Amino acid sequence: MSDSKAIFLKDATVNAADGDQRAFIRKALGGYYVNRDLQKARYRDWERARDAASLAKWSAVNDLANVLEKFVANFERNGGVVHWARDGAEARAIILKIAEDANAKAIVKSKCMTSEEIHLNDALEKAGYGVVESDLGEFIQQLRGEAPYHFVFPCMHVKREAISELFAKHLGTAPTDSPEELTMIARRHLRQLYVDADIGITGANFLVAETGQISITENEGNARLTAALPRIHIALSGIEKVVNHLDDLSVLLPMLATAGAGQPMTCYNTLYSGPRKKGECDGPEEFHLVLLDNARTRLLADPEQRDALHCIRCGACLNVCPIFKNIGGLAYGTTYQGPIGSVITPHLRGLKQWNHLSGASSLCGACTDACPVRIDLHHHLLHNRRNAAKESPTLFDQLFHHGFNFVIKRPWLFATGGRIFRATLPLLQKLPLPYMGAWMKTRDLPKAPARSFRDEWKQQNV
Amino acid sequence: MRVSLFVPCFVDQLTPKVGLATAKVLKRLGHEVEFRSAQTCCGQPSFNSGQWDVAREAAIRALAVFRGAEVVVGPSGSCVAMMRQFYPELLKGTPHAAEADDLAARTFEFSEFLVKKLGVTDVGAKFAKKVTYHDGCHALRELRLKEEPRQLLRAVKGLELIESEEGESCCGFGGLFSAKFPMISTAMVQVKGGALARTGADFVVSSDPSCLLQIGGWLSREGKPILPLHIAEVLANDA
Repeated sequence: MSDSKAIFLKDATVNAADGDQRAFIRKALGGYYVNRDLQKARYRDWERARDAASLAKWSAVNDLANVLEKFVANFERNGGVVHWARDGAEARAIILKIAEDANAKAIVKSKCMTSEEIHLNDALEKAGYGVVESDLGEFIQQLRGEAPYHFVFPCMHVKREAISELFAKHLGTAPTDSPEELTMIARRHLRQLYVDADIGITGANFLVAETGQISITENEGNARLTAALPRIHIALSGIEKVVNHLDDLSVLLPMLATAGAGQPMTCYNTLYSGPRKKGECDGPEEFHLVLLDNARTRLLADPEQRDALHCIRCGACLNVCPIFKNIGGLAYGTTYQGPIGSVITPHLRGLKQWNHLSGASSLCGACTDACPVRIDLHHHLLHNRRNAAKESPTLFDQLFHHGFNFVIKRPWLFATGGRIFRATLPLLQKLPLPYMGAWMKTRDLPKAPARSFRDEWKQQNV
Repeated sequence: MRVSLFVPCFVDQLTPKVGLATAKVLKRLGHEVEFRSAQTCCGQPSFNSGQWDVAREAAIRALAVFRGAEVVVGPSGSCVAMMRQFYPELLKGTPHAAEADDLAARTFEFSEFLVKKLGVTDVGAKFAKKVTYHDGCHALRELRLKEEPRQLLRAVKGLELIESEEGESCCGFGGLFSAKFPMISTAMVQVKGGALARTGADFVVSSDPSCLLQIGGWLSREGKPILPLHIAEVLANDA
């Protein structure tokens, strides 16, 4: 068993038994379902919108090299500097070099899951930079010393009282249970940090090839301050974030907001078009973009699962996933939680170590129905299982399935085996057998009938 | 019409009354029903476990078993989804591909067959009980069946249909998932089973006997006063 699987099983077991926490997460998502459905109903045809959004991503992902080249040419024409990073190490080195060259001290960041993916904060802090997350949820998680719980709602699992205590401990503020007051505490703390920071690091929601612009969508305005106030703006983005046309955003931005947060549009939608230009009075002096591969090209090379690169990180698949809702986001041990994380993490970090996430699904398909860009999520979990069984077969699985096949390919043996199974079921239920033992811990089996269907049928239809 | 029954392996061994009820309803509607005893398991446990070579063998055997059948009808959204959706995927690019597509087109889930293929909603059943309906995920999302079983239930004399919270939530069965990740599977059935029990219905009815195994197993263990029942058993009841 891989280490990551052992940790997953342990955490999932603890969390799945925590009824209070599970109820809290369900309640937290309750409002989302209502708002999402209200907003979806405002689309003339949500399903056609999904087609359009999927097509916009498909056409960019399936021509990625050309679309990226076009984007980069336009981005550079706008005055930005592009850096290509094959993996996390290269991306971290690039960002550290920019910081070093700029003689920077303080860095402010807005929400960027790609930076979580490459553990950027650790690297920056180790190099002696002060790094502060400016997204409220990420700020809270940073103070807690915990990874994001959900890649859109990073601290959805944290109760208000805990946030109040956290702020009291770290910021010395008076306890309060008012969400507005808690927000104001963070806001007051963060404002000066934007002014003091030498570098602002953001992510990117979309890279628009035809204009060379970066689209960032957010609800707090912190990304705008992060991008605009510090001397240097560094955006970090996966290469799959590129789209062909500015028009594509007319479907992708509202769908991201609706699927992700049940909003008609996110509050702030900004297109960044390079550094401060001659005659402009604000904006960064330097604008860098780090384009990260980090195994995305490996996914691109797999025609079966390539559509996983369509992901716009809305989190809709997490919000409807019964696994996520019952084990929570931290148990995954991944940057990207939920169904999309279970699909792509084996590609990003290795199938052998991370295939258990594809196994930990009832394949209910709620994720696939929720995905605004039509990623075939739950079927990809099956594809990962197949690939893993081929790549690193386990002896138990081989024996179990070939043994089962030996029986079911012989109807007489199946019938005889069934007869023995039914006759001994009361005994079998008491034995610590694999699978059966796990089932019997929380569930009963029906009382075995004296005759099977095939026996009954034979008797009734002679 | 001559209907060839596709009886899931665990129905054959554990809940034969579901298969018998399916046959009873079809016969009552005037159809000829056969059971080809060479059938065993559709191969889904192996398919879902990533053992596609093993599952492919099961698929090829099923093609032979049901060769020449006019229509194949199974009382399980999950097992029918295996034949309908996944056999063609498993056998794509093999000499069996065309036959897999052909079988997929002739195979129906029981409630789907009645409503969509035969155009029947009232099968002449009586059942004076309160029931709630559980959508199996394969029926709901692979076969896109939601209204069909409800149309059938609404036409049953005396039956009161109550919808539950968590209506489209998975029961947590997922085949071997329920035993490989029992803690997650149990948490899921607590949510689902709890919502079903809160409806106050006498029975939870589903077109999927595998979900009923999970839901019924948990309800029984928890001592909840609501019993699992397959839709074919409801429709077979005419007394």
